[in-house]
Amino acid sequence: MSLYKQFIKSNQFLSFVKKEFFHIMRDKRSVLILLGMPIVEIILFGFAITTEVNNSKVAILDPSNDKATLHIIREMEASKYFNVVKRIHSTSEVETTFRRGEIDMAIIFGNNFNEKLNHAGGAQIQLVADATNPNVAVMLTNYANSIIIQYQLDQIRHQQLPYQVKPEVKLLYNPSMKSSFNFVPGVMGMILMLICAMMTSISIVREKETGTMEVLLVSPMKPFNIIIAKAVPYLVLSFVNLITILLLSVFVLHVPVAGSILSLTFVSVLFILVSLCLGLLISTISDTQVAAMLISGMALMMPVMLLSGMMFPVENMPKPLQFVSHLIPAKWYIMAVKKIMIEGLPLKYALKEIGALCLMAVVLIGISLKKFKIRLE
Amino acid sequence: MEIVIHTDKLTKQFGNFTAVDNISFEVEKGEIFGFLGANGAGKTTAMRMLCGLSIPTSGKGLVAGFDIEKETEKVKKSIGYMSQKFSLYEDLKVWENIRLFAGIYGMNSKQIAHKTDTLLQQLGFESERDSFVKSLPLGWKQKLAFSVAIFHEPKIVFLDEPTGGVDPATRRQFWELIYDAADRGITVFVTTHYMDEAEYCDRVSIMVDGRIDALDTPKNLKKQFNANNMDEVFHQLARKAQRTDN
Amino acid sequence: MYAIEVKGLSKNYYQKKTGKYAGLGQLSSDGETVEGVTFNVDKGEIFGIIGPDGAGKTTLFRLLTTLLTPNTGTAKVDGFDVMTDLKEIRQRVGYMPGKFSLYQDMTVEENLKFFATVFNTTIEENYALVKDIYQQIEPFKTRRAGKLSGGMKQKLALSCALIHKPTVLFLDEPTTGVDPVSRKEFWGMLRKLKEQGITIIVSTPYMDEAFLCDRIGLIQQGLFLQIDTPQGIIDHFAHTLWAVQSNNMSKLLTDLRRHPAIDTCFAFGNVHHVTVSKPELTTSQLNDYLTEIGHEDIEIHAIQAGIEDCYMQLARKG
Repeated sequence: MSLYKQFIKSNQFLSFVKKEFFHIMRDKRSVLILLGMPIVEIILFGFAITTEVNNSKVAILDPSNDKATLHIIREMEASKYFNVVKRIHSTSEVETTFRRGEIDMAIIFGNNFNEKLNHAGGAQIQLVADATNPNVAVMLTNYANSIIIQYQLDQIRHQQLPYQVKPEVKLLYNPSMKSSFNFVPGVMGMILMLICAMMTSISIVREKETGTMEVLLVSPMKPFNIIIAKAVPYLVLSFVNLITILLLSVFVLHVPVAGSILSLTFVSVLFILVSLCLGLLISTISDTQVAAMLISGMALMMPVMLLSGMMFPVENMPKPLQFVSHLIPAKWYIMAVKKIMIEGLPLKYALKEIGALCLMAVVLIGISLKKFKIRLE
Repeated sequence: MEIVIHTDKLTKQFGNFTAVDNISFEVEKGEIFGFLGANGAGKTTAMRMLCGLSIPTSGKGLVAGFDIEKETEKVKKSIGYMSQKFSLYEDLKVWENIRLFAGIYGMNSKQIAHKTDTLLQQLGFESERDSFVKSLPLGWKQKLAFSVAIFHEPKIVFLDEPTGGVDPATRRQFWELIYDAADRGITVFVTTHYMDEAEYCDRVSIMVDGRIDALDTPKNLKKQFNANNMDEVFHQLARKAQRTDN
Repeated sequence: MYAIEVKGLSKNYYQKKTGKYAGLGQLSSDGETVEGVTFNVDKGEIFGIIGPDGAGKTTLFRLLTTLLTPNTGTAKVDGFDVMTDLKEIRQRVGYMPGKFSLYQDMTVEENLKFFATVFNTTIEENYALVKDIYQQIEPFKTRRAGKLSGGMKQKLALSCALIHKPTVLFLDEPTTGVDPVSRKEFWGMLRKLKEQGITIIVSTPYMDEAFLCDRIGLIQQGLFLQIDTPQGIIDHFAHTLWAVQSNNMSKLLTDLRRHPAIDTCFAFGNVHHVTVSKPELTTSQLNDYLTEIGHEDIEIHAIQAGIEDCYMQLARKG
């Protein structure tokens, strides 16, 4: 313990950390990237890049024009997903309107809709959507479907049938189905990975390039301390970013932190540790800053974006890719954050994820320490 | 005699710092022109302007008869350039480098093929034709780089500290290549920190604080400054320097 | 006790880049035995290692500063073994690597302060040692290192390497790419440090700096060609050396090389240096020969060899 205290108190260590901060703060570009990136990403993913479909343009062909169709149309207009932009009068008009790019979906009611619905027991409604973007098309038809089903359910309730089964859909954890619930954990994983791994590796490799690393290695300062001192500023920055992201998501995107902040911090520290080790590893295999940047970009960023489940669900991937995704620390972190932050579960429900991260941390710290030599070879 | 470089009160300012201050000189065809000066005296800036990479703040410059400000493309076509830092692509083979640079200057394949053979023979590099440049010793690389820089028979070749770190024997072989090129009528514009190399030049200019403080043959300079060698001349001049660079 | 004691030291490594073995020492042709380098440096000596890029200078420095472990041989720095006494050596050597460029984004003072604390000391504690050098850049102490001139950067780097009062100073090509005036000034600083008892090992590709060292080792392809005082190396030069000049220097070079009694001929500044293989040849005979083939203003003098002449002769044999 006394050794540890001596180490922390040591002027050597502090001045090293101070120097690292100088490097970061004096490079205006890196400050901008480090502090601005989380804000930009949150805003991008929160507003611009969204998987929700809002205000899609809808055309309506309603030959019945009765109580039922009017109600459904009113519901559609009230929903934020749809914007009724056009009334059409014949089925032949549907295609031309699509071709002109005026609408994303057409809703075609059958004749005598209300009557058939209540008495014949089978009214016709047709949903036509532009499937060039299949995801959007599916989502639109789903939204429309749910509005129609809701209307039917309301009808049934009004008739007060005694033994009516009332199916009720409840969307868990993300009742309004906002994509930010998915993206906030993803952005957290990405930013922390980027700052810890990429920036640490670049800052170490830079010292190799300028020859200062040689001088430091020849100095009495312990190589292990050099590494820790290099990591500390990025650890601090990661926390600043973590806080920024959480504040933005709570107050701007209205994604609440449902679970305990303490648990969230614990998981984040674990993930930061893993990322720092990855950065260290990258620094041992690259000789130039450009190489370090490329390796961290290709080997870390791409998989985090594509395989962590942030953008595409892991369950839908082919088996070999699913296996690869298990090796990506960000995947486990994002899963754990979803459980703790979004679902509000206690830490024990994220044991599997924490276990995976712990295992990775141990292995990576082991390799890094072994790889980082006190000599040059 | 044909004048291939002509500058008239050429000046380059960065803010209120005058990197190159009113330099006027002429270089003749086939001349080996030594361009000396302490670090930060303005050599690099002047050379960049002559190569058409940097626009002068004021003054005029003609290189190979073309205006360095208005006809940069034509200037670039008539010059070759080589520096200690950048010479050849390390991960390309010897012949690939030659082909690439010759191609950049618009030579056709037949010309290139023929000239490549002659060049490799002259350098005694036939066996290294298919070697990667990175596997050659530094001195060889520099010799090859020079040959590539003059492969398209430019009017003028600019050499920026071409012999740094090269062993003494290779350094001399390098200079013999320079002599050959000059004999063929290629003007050589060279910077160096080796003062014995200054003696190899036909004429030498010495820059101090952005100005050319001396310009003459090595022999006359030594007489003028009452010195035994160029090293002493250089010291007498450079010691007067007021400014610190950058 | 010597400041540096090196016995049979070698470090050869396969360079993936070039596909060749590089480093210090040389493998025998059968690839089994290794010839390493052996030399000693006295305390307070300036020992120059002179040779071109790729001769093994940097490898030698890294071995002596414990950054590399040797394949064969032993080395002691200030009495400590480079293999086992890593800590002691790292406490007492100062090192300026070849590409050392300080922290460009930190000021002069911050750089010096940082290196002082890294070596567990303060600027005040060892100010006396760096005073002469640091005073010259002190007016610029709030300027960022990246904004200094080449000469000033060099002074700052030297101050940083000296701040912990090392007993042995390793300077790897400190003057490469530096103009002759700053170079001379730098060597002046080294002489002053020597007076304070610091041993200095310095490498350089500039042969004209040899005479500023107490002793020099001429190095080529991983092996020393010769180690001696500069004067001693010159005294060993066994050939007759003439300086020849005429009105047509580049023709003169080829003409001289064609002469059967002339061994080597190289350009040296404004003259050509010629070594004569047949002692019968006299300067007047050579003068006649050159006049006959059209040279004018011929001047031929017997001269004393310089370090560069010696290096080229030795390199030819090696």
